[in-house]
Amino acid sequence: MNILVCVKRVPQTGGRIVLTPDGQDIDTRYLGFTVSPHEECAVEEAVRIVEKQGGSTTVLTLGPAAAEDQLRDAMALGIERAILLETDGREWDPVATAEAIVSVVRSEEAANGPFDLILFGNESADTGGYQVGVRVAVALDRPIVTGIKSLEVGERSVVARRDAGGGAWESFELDLPTVVSVKEGINLPRYPSVPGRLRAKRKEVARVSPEWRAGGLEKIGLRLPQEERSAAEVIDQGPDAAGAVVDLLVRIGVVRQ
Amino acid sequence: MTGAVLVVVDAPGGEPDRLSLEALTFARGLHGPVEALLFGPGAEKLGAFEVSTAHVASDARLAGPVPEARAAALVQLIRETPPSAVVAAGSEPGNELLAHAAARLGQPMAANVVSASPEGDRLRLVRQRWGGSLLEDAWLDGSPKLLTVAPHAVTAEPASSPTSPSVVPFQPTLSDRDFRVRVRPVEAATTSGISLSDARVVVGGGRGLGSGEAFSELEELASLLGAAVGGSRVVTSAGWRPHSDQIGQTGLRIAPDLYIACGISGAIQHIVGCKAAKRILAINTDPDAPIMDVADYAVIGDLHAIVPAISAELRRRGSAAG
Ligand SMILES: Cc1cc2nc3c(=O)[nH]c(=O)nc-3n(C[C@H](O)[C@H](O)[C@H](O)COP(=O)(O)OP(=O)(O)OC[C@H]3O[C@@H](n4cnc5c(N)ncnc54)[C@H](O)[C@@H]3O)c2cc1C
Ligand SMILES: Nc1ncnc2c1ncn2[C@@H]1O[C@H](COP(=O)(O)O)[C@@H](O)[C@H]1O
Repeated sequence: MNILVCVKRVPQTGGRIVLTPDGQDIDTRYLGFTVSPHEECAVEEAVRIVEKQGGSTTVLTLGPAAAEDQLRDAMALGIERAILLETDGREWDPVATAEAIVSVVRSEEAANGPFDLILFGNESADTGGYQVGVRVAVALDRPIVTGIKSLEVGERSVVARRDAGGGAWESFELDLPTVVSVKEGINLPRYPSVPGRLRAKRKEVARVSPEWRAGGLEKIGLRLPQEERSAAEVIDQGPDAAGAVVDLLVRIGVVRQ
Repeated sequence: MTGAVLVVVDAPGGEPDRLSLEALTFARGLHGPVEALLFGPGAEKLGAFEVSTAHVASDARLAGPVPEARAAALVQLIRETPPSAVVAAGSEPGNELLAHAAARLGQPMAANVVSASPEGDRLRLVRQRWGGSLLEDAWLDGSPKLLTVAPHAVTAEPASSPTSPSVVPFQPTLSDRDFRVRVRPVEAATTSGISLSDARVVVGGGRGLGSGEAFSELEELASLLGAAVGGSRVVTSAGWRPHSDQIGQTGLRIAPDLYIACGISGAIQHIVGCKAAKRILAINTDPDAPIMDVADYAVIGDLHAIVPAISAELRRRGSAAG
């Protein structure tokens, strides 16, 4: 089984988002970087499949030079190879991103044989375009399902399941080679081991430099939504608050006396 | 932009769902008559939303979760009519369908749009990033303009001048290849108890719980309130709770009457999952935690003392869930 996983570097925003003065980006001076939880799960899923049935794993990202960190994070968890589609830091829209990924997949497959399975996150954490995986699958003429929370990989096909609402599950069978977009919850990713981290540090990262192009969705700027909520009313400190809390629960109709 | 605005309408059991009605309301704000595409019954219900023409794909195989085949049908309709814009709900199936159509047409697409207005050949729009914690102003090019509407960004409102839509059956040409993803029978729900997404009251736990065992304190309070228990990503990543209990950007969106957030700091990715709650009560040792920006009420202090005290007080007063 030859598996490719696609991840995207994003800032690890915490309690409050701060924008740069020109409103073009999130101010990341005090932030770390990560990938979407969906993509962390895609990495874990690839590693588990290959641990169980053998094969090889590759991680790919399109991003700035520093996105090498996210590739090494994935290798620390057990991914063998990494490819960086290095950009100059400008944002790529989903059409352009998918095209660049497709072109690398084609050249990789020509050199090393086909990827039986390409895994994506359901949506990227920052731009949330909900489409790069589908675009790649359609361009490669491979089947895809999105939102997958359980995956069984057989010799020739995979069975993929997703939430159908209200606790029901939809289930699909797709012939290999195929593409699957996964969601957090499909597995519980492991923590990287120290030897894993050391090994990942020494590994090589293959680099390509695709040329930026417009894709038809163009960012003008970013802003924070206006929220109407005002500051919290502090009821009390400590367990003495219990009486006042229950009074509140009664007042707002959550409990009956 | 000239031509109709085509809205993909989901109508399970012949009843257009809320997100589709929101998409129809959104579409009225763009220029041009509103048309609809349905993959089943429900067309006659759309007059209230000023739909002029309802195209009904008459192929029973399109009723299930078959995004590839639905996209093939949608693309055929787009090529035949052609509309100026195609709008779907920003639900998982809506985003998936439009992504498929966009990929087939080689056109750009914008997901989770909250507002849009045509300017010349382009569409100027506002869309959600980070699950709604951040907004992006953007230009969308392409023909037709393909977009999905962020859930609950607009309120579904019938038009002032209802129409009686002309219902046009539409027979897409589909091949076996469009059905190459084999759909297996849906597995029915097995879970019982109060579901997190429907609960009127939710008690949430975060890192401040300190351990999985400490959730028994929240379970006790929840059972007294008839509430469901959920949590932050920290508690699901630690394995203290299953991922199905996670509230937030990569978990569930909840909209209870009351959300009690215990030992949760209020990261933006958590807040997008709970800000639709009518009221939020935060229990936290840190009076400056970001959760205080969105909470209506707060109790400052150790949740391990406060939560059991609230349960004890409810018991003492013999209060019951309202
Ligand atoms: C792309 C992306 C997606 C994400 N998706 C989600 C998501 O879906 N859901 C989600 O929740 N997170 C999500 N996260 C993670 C998120 O950024 C935060 O890391 C997480 O929400 C923090 O969880 P927490 O509040 O439990 O922990 P912390 O941030 O560590 O906060 C713990 C809080 O507990 C308080 N506390 C400590 N001890 C006590 C005590 N004894 N009594 C009372 N209070 C106490 C502290 O003051 C603090 O405020 C996502 C992150 C990224 C990057
Ligand atoms: N710059 C990128 N590099 C690699 N993979 C990406 C990139 N952008 C998006 N993806 C993949 O495509 C998925 C969906 O992204 P999106 O369409 O932006 O929501 C993500 O979860 C990633 O798996």
